[in-house]
Amino acid sequence: MGVLKITEDNFESEVLQSQKPVIIDFYAEWCGPCKMMSPVIDSIAEELGEAVKVGKVNSDENIELAEKYSIMSIPTIMIFKNGNLDKTFVGVTDKSTIIEAVK
Amino acid sequence: MFDIIIIGAGPAGISAGLYAKRAGANVLILYYGQSNLQRASKIDNYYGFENGIDGETLYKSGINQAENLGIEIYEEEVLNITKKDTEFAIETTENRYTSKAVIIATGNKKSRPNIDGVLEFEGKGISYCAICDGFFYRNKNVVVIGNGKFALSEANNLKNIVNKVTILTNGDHIENNFDFDVIDKKIKAICGEQKVNSIEFADGTSIDTSGVFIALGEAGGSDFAKKIGVLLNGDNIVVDDNMKTNIDGLYACGNSTGGLLQVCKAVYEGAKAGLACASYTKNI
Repeated sequence: MGVLKITEDNFESEVLQSQKPVIIDFYAEWCGPCKMMSPVIDSIAEELGEAVKVGKVNSDENIELAEKYSIMSIPTIMIFKNGNLDKTFVGVTDKSTIIEAVK
Repeated sequence: MFDIIIIGAGPAGISAGLYAKRAGANVLILYYGQSNLQRASKIDNYYGFENGIDGETLYKSGINQAENLGIEIYEEEVLNITKKDTEFAIETTENRYTSKAVIIATGNKKSRPNIDGVLEFEGKGISYCAICDGFFYRNKNVVVIGNGKFALSEANNLKNIVNKVTILTNGDHIENNFDFDVIDKKIKAICGEQKVNSIEFADGTSIDTSGVFIALGEAGGSDFAKKIGVLLNGDNIVVDDNMKTNIDGLYACGNSTGGLLQVCKAVYEGAKAGLACASYTKNI
């Protein structure tokens, strides 16, 4: 299903009300490490297919969301299960670590 | 533009340079500060030296060997590495260089200081990259922990975003010719609840702060790695069998990758990185 663009407007419906686990990548255009993380997130979405939902939040454009989840360093990867924040990874993170965490 | 820029002139960096140059690559080596090897008073376990050799002599011989092969070597402090498309840019205190590939051979400098609260608040007010995370501290007061040009560079990256930057040297006395307030008291702990809110000094005083940016000494391998997005395991750079990191064109070797902190291992990894990197630059 590809990678969704998550914003303050659709966060509730796409993430918190999701029946599937959700992987969210908080990033910004000007962040070098985020550019390295982005293709990893894309490939996780491709590999896990329908089993999970994968989205990216531009933390520059969604400041309230970033503040709500206390994002102070990017990239930050968050995994939500049943509407709750389950795990957080700060900084560039290995693909296998994220896949293992979402299972 | 260089084919390859190597950061570090210890056994790993020089070995990488020798192999890459002999494979036909146009190589620049940048180094700054004291190598771990220079601090070794005597090395008795390296192949071929029946009476041992002191680290300083071995280190200088390596640099001479690379120069004799026609490799350009400059003593300049590297502050940052960036990548745009397939081109790397290396920013030093004096210049800016570009290359097709980069090899990090900076040794195993630890970027994480031994201060209470550092581990607890990483990602909750402690950052190792001003340009990545400064945005989250708009109009707030922050501190940079460090004592050199690396700390100053991080402070400069922050000054137009945040309300105020204070440099904390953690007990080192430096000449304050910076445009920033400098506090040279020893730090006791980084404090907070859900996130950082203050720093406590050994003399019992404290300073309120929303963010702590760490930039100790000169920038090391793991510092560059964090800024550009290299995958790390602790402070060690994660590499594959060819010494390549998760970023195309970026390699690491020697102590920066962890494992056995020995000259023989650094030389071997340098050779592998030099060859793999030279091959990469011919094919892009």
